[in-house]
Amino acid sequence: MPRVVVDVVLKPEISDPQGQAVLGALGRLGHDGVRSVRQGKHFVLEVDGTPDRAELQQIAETLLANPVIEDVELRLPTD
Amino acid sequence: MRIGVITFPGSLDDVDAVRAVRLAGAEPVALWHASHDLEDVDAVVLPGGFSYGDYLRAGAIAARAPLVQDVVDRARSGMPVLGICNGFQVLCEAGLLPGALTRNGHLHFRNRDQALRIQRADTAWTQDYEAGQRIVVPVKNGEGRYVAAPADLDRIEGEGRVAVRYLEGNPNGSMRDIAGVTSENGRVVGLMPHPEHAVEDLTGPSTDGLGFFTSVLKAVVSA
Repeated sequence: MPRVVVDVVLKPEISDPQGQAVLGALGRLGHDGVRSVRQGKHFVLEVDGTPDRAELQQIAETLLANPVIEDVELRLPTD
Repeated sequence: MRIGVITFPGSLDDVDAVRAVRLAGAEPVALWHASHDLEDVDAVVLPGGFSYGDYLRAGAIAARAPLVQDVVDRARSGMPVLGICNGFQVLCEAGLLPGALTRNGHLHFRNRDQALRIQRADTAWTQDYEAGQRIVVPVKNGEGRYVAAPADLDRIEGEGRVAVRYLEGNPNGSMRDIAGVTSENGRVVGLMPHPEHAVEDLTGPSTDGLGFFTSVLKAVVSA
């Protein structure tokens, strides 16, 4: 069954305290080379038949992400 | 005067909201999220809590509930709607109010009595206050940080859409100390603090919150 991946991340201008907390932990673990961390969500959708990009884009932008604060990245099996 | 209070799976403060409506002198009407019946109410309160466990995002799934779609339609034609805490998150997710609520800047749940300034005393839910009035009501949230893109914040401020602002300390890192906003026509208001927990001396830090529920009585009569 085709699998579609949707990644959702906060827009660059929206601060991400969870990502900053992860960055702080990495620093304490000695990983000084990591400059920033942005935390997001990763959805994997299994769909019937050939994935419809327009429909999936609509799903991503109307439910999986809040376009006011988040960006989406859609990956279809053919990508 | 009938004021509906919608209960979702995971709502916590619906009973307090019903009580506040009653103390204000209106008839509270308990509404269930999955029905398609607003039961001829004159206004609606969306209460605090964790609807649908806050899965996906706070308020996101509740915003797509059947009854909320009815509320959106009625709100666009002028019915007063108040969203408190999780209810505010639902109204933002439903597109009735601008901006979004995200994880608190310090990542802690914050629960305390909070001073606020009423910025707009001409909305359906705040007309019993004076502009600039200081009130104290409880605040309690983990995802109460009001955010929007800087250009959107400028627009929200420019249009006078900030209804309530935090005073004497911002509990969650909300941008520009915004605690609550209103719709363009002033009929829809959302705020993170809890006026319904400040309606009786016995149980609240003040009775400052009652004004939200008495305000709407006049708003409906004058509509």
